[in-house]
Amino acid sequence: MSEPIIKIQDLSKSFDTPDGEIKVLDGINLEIYRGEIFGIIGVSGAGKSTLVRCINFLERPTSGKVFFDGKDLASLSQKELYRTRQSMGMIFQQFNLLMQRTALDNVCFPLEIAGTDKKTARKKAKELLELVGLPDKANSYPSQLSGGQRQRVAIARALATDPKVLLCDEATSALDPSTTREVLALLKDINKRLNVTIVVITHEMKVVEEICNRVAIIDSHLIAEIGTVEEIFARPKSQAARRLFYPEGKQLALHGDRCCRIVFDGNSASEPVIADMVLRFRTTVNILFADTKNIDGKAFGQIVIQLPQEEGVADRMIEYLKAKGLAVEEVEGFV
Amino acid sequence: MFDPVIVKMLAEGFLETLYMTFVSSAVAYLLGLPLGIVLVVTDKGGIRPIPWLNWFLGVVINLLRSVPFLILLITVIPITRFITGTTLGSTATIVPLVIAAAPFIARLVESSLKEVDKGVIEAAQSMGASPLQIVFKVMLPEARPSLIVGSAIAVTTILSYSAMTGFVGGGGLGDIAIRYGYYRYQTGIMLITVVLLVIIVQVLQELGMKLAKISDKRN
Ligand SMILES: Nc1ncnc2c1ncn2[C@@H]1O[C@H](COP(=O)(O)OP(=O)(O)OP(=O)(O)O)[C@@H](O)[C@H]1O
Ligand SMILES: [Mg+2]
Repeated sequence: MSEPIIKIQDLSKSFDTPDGEIKVLDGINLEIYRGEIFGIIGVSGAGKSTLVRCINFLERPTSGKVFFDGKDLASLSQKELYRTRQSMGMIFQQFNLLMQRTALDNVCFPLEIAGTDKKTARKKAKELLELVGLPDKANSYPSQLSGGQRQRVAIARALATDPKVLLCDEATSALDPSTTREVLALLKDINKRLNVTIVVITHEMKVVEEICNRVAIIDSHLIAEIGTVEEIFARPKSQAARRLFYPEGKQLALHGDRCCRIVFDGNSASEPVIADMVLRFRTTVNILFADTKNIDGKAFGQIVIQLPQEEGVADRMIEYLKAKGLAVEEVEGFV
Repeated sequence: MFDPVIVKMLAEGFLETLYMTFVSSAVAYLLGLPLGIVLVVTDKGGIRPIPWLNWFLGVVINLLRSVPFLILLITVIPITRFITGTTLGSTATIVPLVIAAAPFIARLVESSLKEVDKGVIEAAQSMGASPLQIVFKVMLPEARPSLIVGSAIAVTTILSYSAMTGFVGGGGLGDIAIRYGYYRYQTGIMLITVVLLVIIVQVLQELGMKLAKISDKRN
């Protein structure tokens, strides 16, 4: 791939609080490439918002560097930084629209900031409202719009200055599931049509599943894992990833039996393999946990089974599964 | 009581009161509005924190606000004479009114601007808006309804202060009330001035609320 549009190098961020200094991010390294939809996922308080705010320098890193389009943000003058921010749109959980301006004037706002003349700005704003599917709401005020419509206006506004990157901080967290799906579809469409790189911050797995190409998992100030969505779904390496992908796994207790995790990475369907194995070995297995998902028409996910007591059978079962081309690992204290 | 002389005097007093109130309010806003903006912008959570300036302005404002108006009225007489050349009449009254009202207005403006959603300011920053652009394109317009309500409060407060200046020969309805009602026991005239003052306050207050409501696009 070409040179990354965003490159984060050894970024750390601490805040001074009355209770002393707290470290929110610690040694973050990330590269986000042109045209991709990159997810950053983590639990509440993990430091996701702080991380995006460091990408456009709303928050200055305590140490480390942020490069945008090859430029070290710390080296820019204030004026240059303002101009650079115009190539990074941002949308928020709470939409953050100007409540005293109409939808159209909200979309015009960043253009006013950039010094675009009024006529050009209005024309552009109208086109963008059309792009996000709200051509008839130009003269409505935000208070007259639904949450989904407000986020669409916010998206149009963020795109007004033709940014190279769109930063989305929990952009769908205040929306209901069906509206979430619509907004995500819109983002995907924008990514394709305008070739805007999108950075999606979320705590919801389904958002990542639905639109991201690659994802970074952020956990206790660090990046726990980074990779393509398929990879991480198929073989979550970090505890954090497993917790996020398979939260129910936690509730299962083990009784000292041998267990194994079978990972489906899109090459085979889950049901027949287990069923075939049971038929072949004439002994049942206990399914402790199963979570498979359908991504792009392929099965991903994992099943954890409790192996039979008899030594030989258990080993042969593992061999059998491996021969089927599945990733199998024995797990002890599983998640 | 409906002696044309008295009616004329009341009418003049009425106009004088309006003159004092509006001119003082305008000048006080000229000082108080920027002061309020600076207070919000330089605050530690503001868009351009300057702690020492914020602290200094806060102290000055609190000092001025803690002096009772009647005492301020007398203390600033030398300043009044310096600026207006006189210490009597409605124009002279404008000086102490402005000195008393400007810090009050600064606080009103400050609290209105602080109501503006932090997220909206953050959004503007993310688009590369400068602090000046944020003040004029985000904070002031977004706070408009609240600023209008604040101005109704400011104007009616200045009006009631202006009536107090009657004690030092300040002119207007307050002056009439004190000269006739207090020194000459002409209760009738005093009551009429009171009624007129009440009417002005009511009208201004209502007007402010209506304007604020019309201008607010949040509902
Ligand atoms: N300005 C600040 N001053 C002090 N602490 C802060 C500041 N901003 C964030 N924090 C702390 O940093 C931590 C991470 O916050 P952040 O908002 O980045 O989390 P998040 O992952 O976005 O969480 P959420 O999903 O709830 O939005 C929190 O513990 C928060 O209290
Ligand atoms: Mg957050």
